[in-house]
Amino acid sequence: MRFAVLVFPGSNCDIDCYKAVEETIGQPVDYVWHTATDLSAYDCILVPGGFSYGDYLRCGAISRFAPVMNEVAKAAEEGKYILGICNGFQILTEAGLLPGALRRNDSMKFRCHDTVLKVNNNTTPFTRGYAEGQEIVIPIAHGEGNYYCDEETLQKLRDNRQIVFTYQDNPNGSVADIAGICNERGNVIGMMPHPERAVSSLLGSDDGKAMFTSILQAWRDTHGAANIR
Amino acid sequence: MLKAKVYVTIKQSVLDPQGVAVQGALHSIGFKEVESLRIGKYMELELDTDNREEAEQRVKEMCEKLLANTVVENYRYELEG
Repeated sequence: MRFAVLVFPGSNCDIDCYKAVEETIGQPVDYVWHTATDLSAYDCILVPGGFSYGDYLRCGAISRFAPVMNEVAKAAEEGKYILGICNGFQILTEAGLLPGALRRNDSMKFRCHDTVLKVNNNTTPFTRGYAEGQEIVIPIAHGEGNYYCDEETLQKLRDNRQIVFTYQDNPNGSVADIAGICNERGNVIGMMPHPERAVSSLLGSDDGKAMFTSILQAWRDTHGAANIR
Repeated sequence: MLKAKVYVTIKQSVLDPQGVAVQGALHSIGFKEVESLRIGKYMELELDTDNREEAEQRVKEMCEKLLANTVVENYRYELEG
């Protein structure tokens, strides 16, 4: 299974994502620059955290028009796995690949600490390694992670089980304590917390590891043993 | 040459934490009459065209596509010149 880690000017969690893939599941992984126009070689695309384009105008607003984002939309359409973390989540919402938007934290503070998340949906390709309702410790680091969507969208998210992670102690004012959501099909997920920073007990938590092992397992199940490298 | 002034504001239904903080600051220095305060963005664009109708349509498109995120923001604009 091949992974791409997108790199925008201002990304700063790209190395963490790359290392997390290497160390948790040992699959081939490449950095892919934002100007790339072909992602066909990859089975999973990670959109990392950071401050792409300096967060100018709005977080993710400019990155969503980078050439590589057309390819991300194509990959999403093809059912490939796409995981946006932090700024990656903001980019995916700006691009319309996920519903809603991320606002300034209600505290007006940049929040950087561990959070306890509840796994609300363990049937996605990204969360199958967790138990339903499991509590996991994953750090956050953001100033604009206050998820917003209107009532109608929220109802849809609930009905389709698109709310994947919720905060036990809401750090930013997000609607319905939402920390991470997926698209209707379940192959695109965005989350503010950083699972790639929680892959070893040396880092304070290894609860994020299961996200990476889940993705690999999901891919193996749909592609058969013959494809395993 | 036309000039466009674009105003982007946070929708009424969406909390504006910055506005709330600034309102609190005004209260603390004695401007108690401030009942609400919302922070938005103001942009000035110079357009290389004299066709108002076309400019209007293009500015609207710019707002929808990039300048505002219509999930949480409203926009309006004025054309001058």
